[in-house]
Amino acid sequence: MRKSIYTTVSLLALVVPSVAYANDPIKIGVLVALEGAFAAGGADGVRNVELAIQERGGMAGGRPIEIVVAPTDTTPDNAVRQARKLVEQDGVDIVIGPLSGSEGIAIRDYAKTVPETTIINGISGALETTFVDPAENFFRFNLDGAQWGQGLGTYVFEEKGWQRIAAVSADYSFGYTNFLGFAVDFCRAGGDIVERFWVPLGSSDFGGVIASLPDDVDAIYLGLGGTDAINFLNQYDQAGADTNLIGGTIMADATVLSSRGRAKEALVGTPTSGAFAPDNPDAAWQAYLASYRAAFAEGDRFDVPSLFGVGYYVATLAALQGLDMVEGDLSDGQSALMNALSTMTLETPLGVVELNENRQATGTVFVTEVVEGEDGNLASVFRARADGVTQTLGMSMEDFRAMGLPSRTTPDCDALAGR
Amino acid sequence: MQEFFQKRPIWSGIIILVLAVFIWLVLAPWSPEMEAVLGRKRVFLNAVFGGVTLGALYFLVAAGFTLIFGLMRNVNLAHGSLYLLGGYLGFEVSERTGSWLLAFPVVFVLVGLVGIVLQNQVFRRMEGEELRQTMVTIGISVVLADLMLWSWGGQSYTIMTPDWLSGPAELPIVAGTNRDGDTVYLRYPAVRIAILIAAIVIGVLMWLILNKSRLGMLIRAGVDDRDMLAASGIRIQWVFLAVFAFGAGLAGIAGIVGGTFQSLSPGEDTRFLLASLVVVIVGGMGSIPGAAIGAVLIGLSEQLGLVYAPTYSVVVTFLIMVAVLAFRPQGLLGRTR
Repeated sequence: MRKSIYTTVSLLALVVPSVAYANDPIKIGVLVALEGAFAAGGADGVRNVELAIQERGGMAGGRPIEIVVAPTDTTPDNAVRQARKLVEQDGVDIVIGPLSGSEGIAIRDYAKTVPETTIINGISGALETTFVDPAENFFRFNLDGAQWGQGLGTYVFEEKGWQRIAAVSADYSFGYTNFLGFAVDFCRAGGDIVERFWVPLGSSDFGGVIASLPDDVDAIYLGLGGTDAINFLNQYDQAGADTNLIGGTIMADATVLSSRGRAKEALVGTPTSGAFAPDNPDAAWQAYLASYRAAFAEGDRFDVPSLFGVGYYVATLAALQGLDMVEGDLSDGQSALMNALSTMTLETPLGVVELNENRQATGTVFVTEVVEGEDGNLASVFRARADGVTQTLGMSMEDFRAMGLPSRTTPDCDALAGR
Repeated sequence: MQEFFQKRPIWSGIIILVLAVFIWLVLAPWSPEMEAVLGRKRVFLNAVFGGVTLGALYFLVAAGFTLIFGLMRNVNLAHGSLYLLGGYLGFEVSERTGSWLLAFPVVFVLVGLVGIVLQNQVFRRMEGEELRQTMVTIGISVVLADLMLWSWGGQSYTIMTPDWLSGPAELPIVAGTNRDGDTVYLRYPAVRIAILIAAIVIGVLMWLILNKSRLGMLIRAGVDDRDMLAASGIRIQWVFLAVFAFGAGLAGIAGIVGGTFQSLSPGEDTRFLLASLVVVIVGGMGSIPGAAIGAVLIGLSEQLGLVYAPTYSVVVTFLIMVAVLAFRPQGLLGRTR
């Protein structure tokens, strides 16, 4: 008798989990920077993950969704530690993150050690993450730094008629990558880059560099960000220089546009490019904007979601749509989910996104221009868009590899222009 | 000075020669052959002027630092916070009143008062305990940095240049010739020239006060032998207070200057603390002329490095510091005790 009770109980114990399986929550870990320079953007990332889940009633694939937030400080080792905590201690099924470029590369390497966990990039934008030795279970639905430069080159060459430019850019990986995207586009259109200046990150006094800028150019490309950008603009203005400017992706972002003082005014009329345009007239974007503004009280959110917020929103959309497609089935090392993610066509507020063989997004880049608003504040307005920008910037994989990874001297402008 | 020439004739010769070549490079028009080797003269001149004006800013921060150290043996690691606080207060004043000049006296007094509170309420309680004072100043700088983050947020601020100083000014220095063969004079931001002149005036005034006035005599005596000065009936605490307030006020003013031609944001406090530490280590702890020489050296090396060897420009500053520490550990004009 007792034996049969034991048998029943242990049989039940074996059966119960699979019965409960259909209603078991799916745990999503959010790996996001909540300390350091990107803390405000990281918090916006968390808000957007919540928003995407809430829009679907907290369910995906017929199962409730739970989230676990793991804060990082934008350093790669901390990101890996937090990711390991999410996977090993919290037992999450899917990780969404990380936020910054060097974290992305570290998480790509970590992903290879947990092949049965799906990792969807938050908003990190290093080219190498999905280009050099990518991980099978790492998916990126946002564009990388080089892709963000596309469209801008053609725009300034054709619309503005600027044909000869000089470039000042920050001397580190994102500086090279973002410049490469612009330069490939600009040189292919027929433009000429006469001189490139690479300045160390954190330089505060650019007087000498400003003086060395050539006079006989139509515009100057600026690939700086944050306080470097503000210092440059301030001194550029004081030196009385007034050549046209072209901004890299982080040149005219919220950090610079929300700074106090007159320095940023030098930016008025500067075209720049990036992942989104705040006033994009697209219905999907407008609907997302309305939903974001309705979901959070005015003091608890930005007026327009940050780049980081949009990135995490799109990543969460991808995860939820993937779960719907496989009806919450995470068995067999999540192979069904991973397959769904690689092949899906994702409708996002930024347009349609698809992944290539490296699991890197092909999507839309927005060209914007800085204008002075009615209240005296600066804002970016939508000017043009480039759809279907691929990881290889429209080249074949072989040609792109042959061009070399972004560096101070890559790309070779004359070769691209066929001179 | 004369003593130095007599003791080290060879070194004096080298220093004079280097200075002469430098002045000639700045003043003489460059021939096409020289431009082929050294690049355009305009670039060189701008780097030199950038370096000297950056040096002026470093001098303003470091002068107070070195004076406080010289008199009180107190390494005030909260000096960078006073710089940043001055900058933020200067932004508020110039924004509200629309007057850039008015910000200077207001900030000097306000930050000077903070200095008085620090000296009277903190340092006086732990006189002679140098390690403890140093640790406490680190703590104060952390607290001040967080309070400033709370109040002014994480964004960057730039202080508006007044209209009469905005844009470039033409200097009577030949920068080169244009395509028509006319002589082109150097155009340089007017505000930086004004700040350079102001820094020189402040430096000369400080030197005069230290060397020619009764207060300066007291301070110099205090630097040499604090106990003996106290024993001779001088209220040394008042001297301490005055010096601390002056040094703090100077750092505050430097904050306005920094906010005008660079920008203010969290983290600038430690950047300027580090810069002034390097300046006084190179120039010699406690010496005002030393701070001036150190500031100009560091400023020039940063700017020339950024233009001619951008990859290594960050290293040059510290190479200078290493060289000074290796061959003249007391600093260029420091005295051994």
